[in-house]
Amino acid sequence: MTDYPTESLAAHPPYLFPDYVATRLRAPSRPLVIIPQTLTEIAGPVFGQAHVRPGDSDLTRQHAGTPLGERIMVRGRVLDENSRPVPDTLIEIWQANAAGRYVHVVDRHDAPLDPNFTGAGRAVTDSDGWYEFVTIRPGCYPVPGLNNVWRPAHIHMSLFGPSFLTRLVTQMYFPGDPLFPYDPIFMSVPDERARMRMVSSLDMAMTRSEWALCYRFDIVLRGREASLFEEPHHD
Amino acid sequence: MTDARPEAEVITPSQTVGPFFAYCLTPQDYGGDPLCDGMIADEGAPGTRIRIEGAVYDGNGDPVPDAMVEAWQADAEGRFAGRDAAPSNARFRGIGRCESRQDGSFRFETVKPGSVPGPDGTPQAPHINLNVFAKGLLRHLFTRIYFADEPANAADPILGLVDPDLRYTLIARPAPDAPGLYRFDIRLQGKDETVFFEA
Ligand SMILES: [Fe+3]
Repeated sequence: MTDYPTESLAAHPPYLFPDYVATRLRAPSRPLVIIPQTLTEIAGPVFGQAHVRPGDSDLTRQHAGTPLGERIMVRGRVLDENSRPVPDTLIEIWQANAAGRYVHVVDRHDAPLDPNFTGAGRAVTDSDGWYEFVTIRPGCYPVPGLNNVWRPAHIHMSLFGPSFLTRLVTQMYFPGDPLFPYDPIFMSVPDERARMRMVSSLDMAMTRSEWALCYRFDIVLRGREASLFEEPHHD
Repeated sequence: MTDARPEAEVITPSQTVGPFFAYCLTPQDYGGDPLCDGMIADEGAPGTRIRIEGAVYDGNGDPVPDAMVEAWQADAEGRFAGRDAAPSNARFRGIGRCESRQDGSFRFETVKPGSVPGPDGTPQAPHINLNVFAKGLLRHLFTRIYFADEPANAADPILGLVDPDLRYTLIARPAPDAPGLYRFDIRLQGKDETVFFEA
């Protein structure tokens, strides 16, 4: 029984990618054991509107003052691989501030924290799969302990989707970043089409004049085989 | 309709959770309100109360202090939260999430899961699905916890797919002096490497 086709998993990076040094001691050495999709995998947690408070999706208004940096909107749809919208699904995001610094205690990058910016947010997709965040464009930052390795600007995103099998943690990048070819994490995705899935695009139509640029970022999750459950329409 | 698959879109690839996720995904130490935590079933949820303690280790056997482990399981009667949840298990969340501590440790509190149907309706032994995220994991790892004191393990259709010599890596063992406590370590690489799945 395979509800979710496994071919689409080829888009993912390998576990071992030596250029990304941290994979060397953490990638499993044996191949994954392929198992059938049972109810445990087809089911999944339901996180929706109840888990988001007003303001969670606007990262520029979580403190008394306005954060420094370039205000942007990030807007897009969550879809499955059959181009069907994924409604009512939770997206959690986290990112560095405009200077390239995370509030995380382990981040020792010599760049200032911003008392008006935490960099964490949540949103839920609407009935058509749309979501929207307001935030600050994150800065790029160096990877500690490595010689001159810099991460391109990115926003981390975590999604559940409708089942255990649709769970995804990924990163959204910005178009035309000159650091792409030097970033082992971005380059770990072997297929170029898949790699470009992680790059947002400038959306002038949704950009709000004299307020903020909008970046469009659609997220495509694994989808159930269409023929398994789609009934003919009777309307 | 087996191989007539219409042109599918390429999915968004996975990327590492990185070292800095905690203030968003497990924000307790930052004063945040977590989406979910180590409590998979609240006190009062029907079933046998258990705790699972373990740690994540890398290929050198060193603890992984910046991992996140997510758990997903059925309730004591084999039902999944949010899918076919009945009022009787309103205290059952089904999902848990823990960041590892400095010593790699994580801990879940829950109830022993019931049996869930497997392929062709054959029952599966009680199990908990785990997803492991960490810096250095470009894609999360999926494994399962089974329980050493379950005779049903012998006929479990998923364990049956695993090399018999490696099944021990999927078995949580009862702690000798603490009723309800099981130990389950996750070894990402090398000696005693955990078996990981793909579905
Ligand atoms: Fe990052």
